[in-house]
Amino acid sequence: MYFQTWSAVWQMDGHGPYVWGAYSLTLLVIIILIAVPLVRTRDLTRAIHNDERRRAVAAEASGKNHASKT
Amino acid sequence: MWSIVHKMGSPPWFYRFANVAIAWLLPIVLMALVVGSIWGLLIAPPDYRQGNSYRIIFIHVPAAVVALAGYYVMATAGLMSLVWKIKMADTAMRALAPVGAALTFVALVTGSIWGKPTWGAWWVWDARITSMLILFFLYLGVMALSEAFDNKVAAAKACAVLSLVGTVNIPIIYKSVDWWYSLHQPASIKFTGESAIDASMLYPLLLMIVAFYGLFALTVLLRMRAELLITYSQSAWLRSELS
Amino acid sequence: MLPELGTFLRFQMQRHLQAALRRPSDIVGPLIFFLMVITLFPIGLGPDPKILASLAPGILWVVALLSSLVVSGRLFQADYEDGTLEQLALSPHPLAISAMVEVFCHWLLSGVLLALASPVFAALLSMPSQAIPVLMASLILGTLCLSLIGAVAASLTVALRRGGVLLSLLSIPLTVPVLIFGTAAVREAALGYDPSSWLALLGALAAGGCILAPLAIAAGLRISLEA
Repeated sequence: MYFQTWSAVWQMDGHGPYVWGAYSLTLLVIIILIAVPLVRTRDLTRAIHNDERRRAVAAEASGKNHASKT
Repeated sequence: MWSIVHKMGSPPWFYRFANVAIAWLLPIVLMALVVGSIWGLLIAPPDYRQGNSYRIIFIHVPAAVVALAGYYVMATAGLMSLVWKIKMADTAMRALAPVGAALTFVALVTGSIWGKPTWGAWWVWDARITSMLILFFLYLGVMALSEAFDNKVAAAKACAVLSLVGTVNIPIIYKSVDWWYSLHQPASIKFTGESAIDASMLYPLLLMIVAFYGLFALTVLLRMRAELLITYSQSAWLRSELS
Repeated sequence: MLPELGTFLRFQMQRHLQAALRRPSDIVGPLIFFLMVITLFPIGLGPDPKILASLAPGILWVVALLSSLVVSGRLFQADYEDGTLEQLALSPHPLAISAMVEVFCHWLLSGVLLALASPVFAALLSMPSQAIPVLMASLILGTLCLSLIGAVAASLTVALRRGGVLLSLLSIPLTVPVLIFGTAAVREAALGYDPSSWLALLGALAAGGCILAPLAIAAGLRISLEA
């Protein structure tokens, strides 16, 4: 490690705000880039699962109806 | 070779491929980013002229490199979609433009932040920064065009044509901006002079460039997978894949 | 019966020029726009002829670029709306060539006219007179490039309802080299240097554009017709 103390890491001889600002902004963009499609994928998968379940229930119900009529 | 291209074009195959690739890439990319950042921020020695502010290079340069390469990848996808009418190439193009624009944005903002302690100004009309800004506009154009069409197939084709036109233009734009800059700036006050970079700075930089390429591939695959879930939400293959 | 390519092109050219001449306000409009925007600069920057003269190459070229963008929005519009474009796409003559005829006519009536009128605007900004021939030459070559770029963007946006802003968004980044070479040529000439290399670069852009742009324009028009 180059720096002696943690406060030296934050300060970086006065350049700290610039360096850490640039890194935190990049981190934010990376988090958004990864999280947005992940959340979307989760929501869409959930919607498809719900739809499957609804269809299964509907198919079962119509099957029973059919059975009771005959 | 052709069988791979053929397979790539099949949505079910691509969906399975994306699942596997994302599972591998996600931990590797995050690890590389963390290691590279710690290396660049804490371990590498400071630059003798710029002090510690140069540490921004470890995100600025990788973002810029990948953003530029990303435009060529997008144009290649466009060519594949126009010539071979590969469905997945359309999806890839829609996924690529926002990721490329985000990386260009990162390169621009980190460059601007870097400029403040180095040049004393947030924005300098330097040749590279200007070229980056124009690249950002090119990405925005593709995104706006893709949004403007209701018909998704037409949108993909239009974006393919635009990105190919852009690809032909990018080298001309870069060269002309270079000349423009040297025309208005005497060569002696050049800030972005090439200098040999020491190994202690080069290795973390190379690691970060690789990590950003991985990040690019990862985010594009993530977006493409989400896109597939929308487009094929009613198809049997996707339902059996998910159950 | 199908006319020969030469006759076909002559007919197309006649049709475009006649249609344009029937509405002279569309031809004069951009010139008046140019004049008005030029007037804004001395008002905004102050009337000092030295400052104006030093900024004149940039101002003239930026305004030429803007007025070229404004008019290229109309390219292909009428032909798209009345179905002529569809007929041209179906005809055995290549769409790239018939589209180029329209771009060429458009350039004659906008860019070349602007270049011919440019000495007046240069005088308004007190530009040195030795730069005026170079200004005209650079505008003639440069507006051809701008018309081609505008035509590519117009071919992609002609089917869209709110194509206007989009067209500028698509074209402006691509016009950067034209602006750089054009202003550089005029600046060099105004300072008394030899501008020929910049004019040569503009000519190279125009020549390259004439070869490659028709392919993109034809592809764009076909996409717009299908959308």
